[in-house]
Amino acid sequence: MLEIAGRSFESRLILGTGGFRNLEVMAEAARESGAELATVAMRRVDPSARGSIVDVLEETGLEILPNTAGCFTARDAVTTAKLAREALGGDGVKLEVIGDDRTLLPDPAELLEAAELLVADGFTVLPYTSDDPVLARRLEDVGCAAVMPLGSPIGSGMGINNAYNLRLIIEAARVPVILDAGIGTASDAALAMETGCDAVLLASAISRAADPPAMARAMRKAVEAGVEARRAGRIPRRHYARASSPEEGLAELERAEPSAPAT
Amino acid sequence: MTMVTINGEPRELPESATVEMAVRELGAPDRGVAVAIDGEVVPRGDWASTRVRDGQQVEVLRAVQGGR
Repeated sequence: MLEIAGRSFESRLILGTGGFRNLEVMAEAARESGAELATVAMRRVDPSARGSIVDVLEETGLEILPNTAGCFTARDAVTTAKLAREALGGDGVKLEVIGDDRTLLPDPAELLEAAELLVADGFTVLPYTSDDPVLARRLEDVGCAAVMPLGSPIGSGMGINNAYNLRLIIEAARVPVILDAGIGTASDAALAMETGCDAVLLASAISRAADPPAMARAMRKAVEAGVEARRAGRIPRRHYARASSPEEGLAELERAEPSAPAT
Repeated sequence: MTMVTINGEPRELPESATVEMAVRELGAPDRGVAVAIDGEVVPRGDWASTRVRDGQQVEVLRAVQGGR
């Protein structure tokens, strides 16, 4: 059971809704993924747009978590979070403050400032952060309800680039750690859970896959497998082999050399 | 007449127009919409009583597909 700010979720997969061809494919993938929580972005109203993502997610039974994607300053992110609260009525926000166009890496200074302001305003803040253990701790200290370190840059599909830092974040965290960004395929999601993450957030890996609903199913299984493997306790790594069958009772199958005739 | 910018487009609204009228002018849906004027959020409850003034920038937002 995943618990964020007193709320419980059966599924440890959080679905980003970016990149899907259309809302129908998104809804089918959402069902296959088993996710109970989905992120949305806030953008200008387009009166000609057909269908409402809010309606589709509600029909599919997913809870909505707005993000501040596209914001480059604490000020913009705070205003966007407030607009999301007005439009959607919830206190939760997936906080993103980007510091670089090309890598979409977070801006640590703006992120921390925005987190502090939003927590003070009563928001449940889930910040997208770099894989820096010190920044993760600072975000937790200002009252964030979870920390969401990246595995690798958004949409890159590179998986987990710094497993050591991720382990340090997990070891120290007293709030849920949600791997956010970088997952490319099912094994990346399984690895995140095996490493000890409480959940993963992904979209591109599903929405841009050749068959999104099938990849959504794979991700659901990968997350479940990773959680079970973590609980089951993996064997330690060894440098050399360790035989798994007993050495005792091995048959003698080579003919012994005939002894030289006595003279 | 009041000249404002709504979602980046110049628009002409009647004198003493309200936020509510600006939202309607745009053809925005009733549900799931939020408004900021010059970067400040206008709570829904204040739409009918908040005037839009000449030169202001009105942003009308809603949720769309997004995230990862």
